Amino acid sequence: MNRTDRLRLWLVLIVVAGAACFAYFYRNGLNLGLDLRGGAHIVLQAKGTPENPLGDDSIDRLLAVLRNRIDQYGVAEPIIQKSGNDRIIVDLPGIQDPAAALELIGRTAQLDFREVLDSTGTPPPAPIRSNYDSDIQFVQAQERWQRAIDQLSNSSADFQARAKNTVGAIVAPAEEAGRFYLLGPVLLSGKDLVNAQVNPDSLGRLGVSLEFNDNGARLFEEATARLVGKQIAIVLDDVVISAPVVQDRIAGGHAQITGRFTADEAGRLAIMLKAGALPVAVEIAENRSVGPSLGADSVRQGLEAGLFGAGMVLVFMLIYYQFRGLAADLALAVTILLIFAGLIAFNATLTLPGIAGIILTLGMAVDGNVLIYERVKEEQKSGKTPMAALDSGFRKALVTILDSNITTLIAALVLFYFGSGSVRGFGVTLSVGLVASVFANIVVTRAILQLFVKRGKEIVRK
Amino acid sequence: MRNIDFMKHRKFALTVSLVLVIASLVLLLTRGLNLGIDFTGGNVIQTEFETVPDISEVRDVISGIVAKGAMIQHFGEKGIIIRTNEDTEKSREDVVKALTAKYPDMKVTGFEKVGPVVGGELRRQAFIGVTIALVAILIYITLRFQFRFAVVSVVPLVHDVIIALGFFSITQMEIGSSFIAAILTIVGYSLNNTIIILDRVRENWGTLSREGIVNLVNKSLNQTLARTINTTLTTLFPVVALCVWGGPVLMAFSYAMLVGMIAGTWSSMMIATGLLCEWQGKK
Repeated sequence: MNRTDRLRLWLVLIVVAGAACFAYFYRNGLNLGLDLRGGAHIVLQAKGTPENPLGDDSIDRLLAVLRNRIDQYGVAEPIIQKSGNDRIIVDLPGIQDPAAALELIGRTAQLDFREVLDSTGTPPPAPIRSNYDSDIQFVQAQERWQRAIDQLSNSSADFQARAKNTVGAIVAPAEEAGRFYLLGPVLLSGKDLVNAQVNPDSLGRLGVSLEFNDNGARLFEEATARLVGKQIAIVLDDVVISAPVVQDRIAGGHAQITGRFTADEAGRLAIMLKAGALPVAVEIAENRSVGPSLGADSVRQGLEAGLFGAGMVLVFMLIYYQFRGLAADLALAVTILLIFAGLIAFNATLTLPGIAGIILTLGMAVDGNVLIYERVKEEQKSGKTPMAALDSGFRKALVTILDSNITTLIAALVLFYFGSGSVRGFGVTLSVGLVASVFANIVVTRAILQLFVKRGKEIVRK
Repeated sequence: MRNIDFMKHRKFALTVSLVLVIASLVLLLTRGLNLGIDFTGGNVIQTEFETVPDISEVRDVISGIVAKGAMIQHFGEKGIIIRTNEDTEKSREDVVKALTAKYPDMKVTGFEKVGPVVGGELRRQAFIGVTIALVAILIYITLRFQFRFAVVSVVPLVHDVIIALGFFSITQMEIGSSFIAAILTIVGYSLNNTIIILDRVRENWGTLSREGIVNLVNKSLNQTLARTINTTLTTLFPVVALCVWGGPVLMAFSYAMLVGMIAGTWSSMMIATGLLCEWQGKK
């Protein structure tokens, strides 16, 4: 065994031992994609308006607000990042209720206090079937109710016209169907809020109590002093949540929103108000959610397919190439180890297409071994000793292995740069797999075979 | 060593491939592809039932809500997957509400919504990605071999991709974003095969004037035949395993790989080499 061979053997031992230790100690560092462990992947598209155009600044503020909201909601390891100029990707692993999460991050939560200038009457309650004797009566009651609602909507058209004549006035619907308000300019907005928390009111209804800063407290005191006996509307995202009548001037900067909240809704509202309104409106461009059971199914199926495919490859190599096949199988085991160590080291995310990529790599990884062995066979046929055949076989196959793997690597790297999400994950695993398999083919296989061949010769000599 | 005269059949092989490519292109133009919501935008809802209802029953529930039509399929043993072309959040919520009212035992195991903008971007991205990969590969082979080799190795790639697309047009299997990954892997795999054969041709190039291009290519093909068969087998094992056990999510990906690999092996052995013979013979 000459110096190069010894060095090679040591290199293999060190790399394998290092990768094994690394993979063992950091085995929790392997990130599973949302498609495998379940969770929500949401892409938000920021929408600028002429009055409120998009800029780097508004996107950064948007990020900060979203991060704030999600942190307070309590999701483990969320990923919130900018994508392109006007998009934000939010990944929420393991979330149980994606609809609630969406409600939390997608809502602008612009809170305003406005004076009520006029309002349509209270809509009558919708008819309930059990209160009527026959279906016909029920249908008639429904029609009457619908007419009343329509009439209320008509009077909102009149409000629209009046709003045009008043500076800063808007028409906003109430939470209950059919009711509209004509509202004056903003008296006070959510910007002056310092705290918001869920608090039941004196009647036990759930609400959110608000605390204003000094400026807000002053504005609120002025407004309540001016509007004693009149209504102030609390408007969230252009919908009137409640419109209490001001009983007295309110000093000290405290207020309470009471609406028709469930406990969850009140909790989310408090978070949104505390974290602040989104600086620009957002639209949900993409929204994928995978339940944990579906993800677990995918992992199991991927593992089954992988184990079966790998088993077939190992057995085939063993039968066809015998003891050299064993060397190839060992090299394949090293490849798999290096892939997982590499994925952990690059902090890559393993997705379902990524698993497919690894399974494919298993088949393609032994290609190097096949090339080398066929080459060595040819060299032996031309009359070389086993050692010399091994040497020149490796040398000649090396060029081919490099050329063929580099071209595939080009495709894999393109996937990595241009792909997004799971396609990108596939590009990463494929790239790592290619590099690992070339190392296993050229260095690991050779070290093992050199060991075998040397031993064989020594035995013959004895 | 075996000595099979592969190149005797090169005209036949080239004709077969040409017919397949043209047929695939015609299919693509007339029948088109069943693009998933990743490309078109829309909603997908995956559900699970204790007892799976009839597809037609589910369709009745949904048809009143979804104006643009829905695709409803079984998914695994207890699941049903519903795909609509309406890309709003509200449309999805309405569908789920209506289904839950009718089937209280239904569980939503996952859903996906893709807006129209994202879908268009993915189409563009896929196109740019594949083009850049092909050009980069062309440059690499021109540097390592020669331009002629680069051309005859890229033609089979286009051939494989078109045939894989044709297969998806016939079967109307749904194409998602992972399909792009499959296509690029096919490109990589087929190229791998072609390079290994051309590498041997390059090595034997010195005997060109003595043997002529046809004999030279035949010799190279026979020399690499054992490798081609073995590697095709070892790669087929995992791909078939993926097709059988990989589960419904990976199905399109797995079948794309299977078809692409078969096309890739064929095109490396017969098309790249056949073209090289024809081109060199013309000189």
